[in-house]
Amino acid sequence: MPKTTNMPNVDDAGDVDDATNANKGQKPSVDPIDLEALAEQILAGDRAAVSAALNLVDNQRPEVRAQALTLLDSLEGRGQGMQIGVTGAPGAGKSTLLDAIVSGLRARERSVGILAVDPSSQRTGGALLGDRMRLSSSARDAGVFLRSMAARNQLGGLAEATGPSLDVMIAAFSAVFVETVGVGQSESEVSDLVDTLVFVAQPAAGDLIQFMKAGILEWPDVFFVNKADLGDIAPRTAAELRAGLDLGSRRDPDYEPPVLCGSAQDGTQVDALIEAIDAHQAYLKSSGQGAVRRAAGRLARVEHTLGTRYGRFGLAQLRGDIEIEAYVAQHSKDSTERIIANLGRIIEEALFRGKG
Amino acid sequence: MSSKPSPSAPSAAGPASKRDRPWLFRTYSGHSSASASNALYRSNLAKGQTGLSVAFDLPTQTGYDSDHPLARGEVGKVGVPISHIDDMQRLFEEIPLERMNTSMTINATAAWLLSLYIATAERQGTSQDKLRGTTQNDIIKEYLSRGTFVFPPEASMRLTSEIVSYTVDQVPNWNPMNICSYHLQEAGATPVQEIAFAMANAIAILDQVRALGIDEDTLSRVFGRISFFLNAGIRFVEEMCKCRAMTHLWKEIGQERYGVTDEKMLRFRYGVQVNSLGLTEAQPENNIIRIALEALGVTLSKNARARSLQLPAWNEALGLPRPWDQQLSLRTQQIMAFETDLLEYGDLFDGSHVVEGRTKELVEEAREELDRVLAMGGAVAAVENAYMKQKLVESHTTRLRAIESGEMTVVGVNAYRETVESPLVEEGSGSILKVDESAEREQIQSLEAFRKKRNTDEAKNALRGIEDAIKNGDNIMPASIAAAKAGVTTGEWTAVLREIFGEYRAPTGVGATPMAAATEDAKLVRKRVNEISEELGRRLKILVGKPGLDGHSNGAEQIAVKARDVGMEVVYDGIRLTPEEIVQSARDEGVHVIGLSILSGSHGVLVVDVVNQLREAGLGDIPVIIGGIIPDDDAAKLREAGVKRIYTPKDFNLTRIMDEIVDVVAESNAG
Repeated sequence: MPKTTNMPNVDDAGDVDDATNANKGQKPSVDPIDLEALAEQILAGDRAAVSAALNLVDNQRPEVRAQALTLLDSLEGRGQGMQIGVTGAPGAGKSTLLDAIVSGLRARERSVGILAVDPSSQRTGGALLGDRMRLSSSARDAGVFLRSMAARNQLGGLAEATGPSLDVMIAAFSAVFVETVGVGQSESEVSDLVDTLVFVAQPAAGDLIQFMKAGILEWPDVFFVNKADLGDIAPRTAAELRAGLDLGSRRDPDYEPPVLCGSAQDGTQVDALIEAIDAHQAYLKSSGQGAVRRAAGRLARVEHTLGTRYGRFGLAQLRGDIEIEAYVAQHSKDSTERIIANLGRIIEEALFRGKG
Repeated sequence: MSSKPSPSAPSAAGPASKRDRPWLFRTYSGHSSASASNALYRSNLAKGQTGLSVAFDLPTQTGYDSDHPLARGEVGKVGVPISHIDDMQRLFEEIPLERMNTSMTINATAAWLLSLYIATAERQGTSQDKLRGTTQNDIIKEYLSRGTFVFPPEASMRLTSEIVSYTVDQVPNWNPMNICSYHLQEAGATPVQEIAFAMANAIAILDQVRALGIDEDTLSRVFGRISFFLNAGIRFVEEMCKCRAMTHLWKEIGQERYGVTDEKMLRFRYGVQVNSLGLTEAQPENNIIRIALEALGVTLSKNARARSLQLPAWNEALGLPRPWDQQLSLRTQQIMAFETDLLEYGDLFDGSHVVEGRTKELVEEAREELDRVLAMGGAVAAVENAYMKQKLVESHTTRLRAIESGEMTVVGVNAYRETVESPLVEEGSGSILKVDESAEREQIQSLEAFRKKRNTDEAKNALRGIEDAIKNGDNIMPASIAAAKAGVTTGEWTAVLREIFGEYRAPTGVGATPMAAATEDAKLVRKRVNEISEELGRRLKILVGKPGLDGHSNGAEQIAVKARDVGMEVVYDGIRLTPEEIVQSARDEGVHVIGLSILSGSHGVLVVDVVNQLREAGLGDIPVIIGGIIPDDDAAKLREAGVKRIYTPKDFNLTRIMDEIVDVVAESNAG
């Protein structure tokens, strides 16, 4: 976390004078000082530019944060890509399924980005990111952009850079996937970041009851019971799942999440899954739910990030002066990260005053 | 060949009737081209070698023709390139296969190379029932250690079982598969793991063959044809006990699991290649002694004596051995067999409490580990869930830590390092073999000529025959032998199978490796990693991978685990990467440094390609470091091409390597 005393005036952050530091170790093929040009290249799908931007938004140095915010502001609202989350228990076959979906999309000539969040971070900060091995066919497809990312210190959750990384990637690719490992609190967190959440279920997982109890099943928009090649146990699981879905408790009661049953291994029903994802995207557009969701997602991301950075006590500093929900709604032109930075500055100032 | 291939020495070594027959003397060899390898084999046989051990190059082992893009830089490097029947014929020119005992280190493409061998023998006028030898054909250890797998486990097991069921009747003196615990030890296995995993592996294949519905007598004969390929490490007393323990366990499995009663079928038959893992680059002449002691471990006990023995060359950690280096290894065997009195006695250790006691311990511990693997569904399941791989990575990590801490003594490496300069490796003495760089080009030209010459329709029909055989569930061997005769190439045969079976990527086992307790040095490096990460603004991120076809991933895996332990974010990209893929990963992942591992000798081409392509992609400022068997001359060239650091087997201190990686990243960011 940047020290308060070193914080630049975020409102002036657009004035960039030291952009070269942002790209140490990996320079894009463009002049890195020109963030506007970088934004244009990202929008044109230039992968070197996307990679440089991802390095930028992951960078913790204050002067680089400022550049990242400028870049994110200029990308805000311009991304056309759909954001899809893929979750499910380890061993359910998520990676194989994602590989299959991606090749399906590639066959339809759609550009694809993948953000793979690996939970294996250690207390040393080190992490072994094995996603390129797990997603082997995507990782080796020159038409797919894959960035793997450690979950870092966030227990069971996503790294802070996940949100802004997605903001960059949907500006460049027509479909962007977030893959997470593990089931639990990450479902709701991922669903705040994406438009469509796909849940991969293992046939005959007795865990289904557990998922229902944990309320996980209210988040996904599409269910895929994998490993149908194992016999009729998969359709049975699908039937159980359909029966168990409590449509009344969902965010959008007029949408019924499809429960598909297929096999990532041999490709059965993968096309149907792609169609289901597209159908959900179409629903989001036509019903207006898409805009509602993105707004809700932005708000959740702001609250979550500020809560993680400053804790309940920090958030309490805003009460009375600023209503977060209204603030986020008012600043719809700003990038989510800009809003987080601005509110964060207010909190820090309040904390600083409190101390002094 | 004109001279007889049997040794002429024993007559001088005392009354032959009292002496046991020696084991087969082999040298694992092959390089450049079929004709160059043929010349080497003939000269080795003339020196008294009694069997052949064919090393194939990596494209042949992974089913690519010499002109495939992935074969670039690899043709003729670690073995001989065999793309078609004419290559195979040239390899055995003037070597009568009827009298030869040939071991072929071939796995994923074993059915194909055996088919070429059978077709070649037929051209020589020898029918297949006369052939003697071994196809390694052990796919499980490829997933675990050696990395030349192609197909998924299920398909691979099917191929293996079909070779077994074909040869048991048609090539009755052939050892269709050689269960290799050798590579498990190279990957770090303890003796207990070596025993248990090898047995689990044998059980997997025997269960599969039994499931084909064969009768008891055939099953008994199949059991009798399964042979093993062991490693022999420097702890040679324990290694001898290991061989005795395996003899015991194998018999027990034969009797109890498969109902085999014929004593002859129950015999544990094994060949050995002694340890390469423990051979050092520092003071390399010490390896001569290590090799002799290790050879003693597997020959000393008559009841558990190796049936064939391959000794590595003393300079293996420096590069490819020359004929003279291989001769020294052969002479070592001949001295043991013909000068000493080793072969004049019965078993020296029967009744020894010490040896029996250690053997019993090993049997019991191995049985326990074997039961664990069987309980999780056997060897195939334990590959897919990465259990065995994780255990090996753990053991290897423990071993390297013991060397680094000095707990385990390695003379000349972490102890007794003072040395005078070795006259054997003085500069300019050319102490390793240089592969002729024109070999690849010539091989490709000859392949092109072969394709023009053959009858294309016949080859196409033969390929359809293979496809039909697989789809109809027929044994793949007859169709493959027909294809060999019709002029099908290695790449074409494998392409048909790749299309039907798909290609496999094995789990790496590195992800679950437990975190090491950090030494003081490691803590310092961790601190430096944190500092530079702060300076960079994000955590130091490294890409680790292996370019080319070489699948020996142990080194890369250890680097990946260590880098994680000192706090780096590690993108582990696995094996068989093209330079294009490495560049793509580096760019997508936004790494600060790239670490490549390469052991096949193709570094000259592939690493330079990576560096050049990074530059072309505008990523020229990402530093590249490499590790592998890199001769000094090559290292100089690689540095010139822009490689920042080069590590060879003498750099055993992983913590120091990590420290230098931080230096490299710091340098590239200052510049």
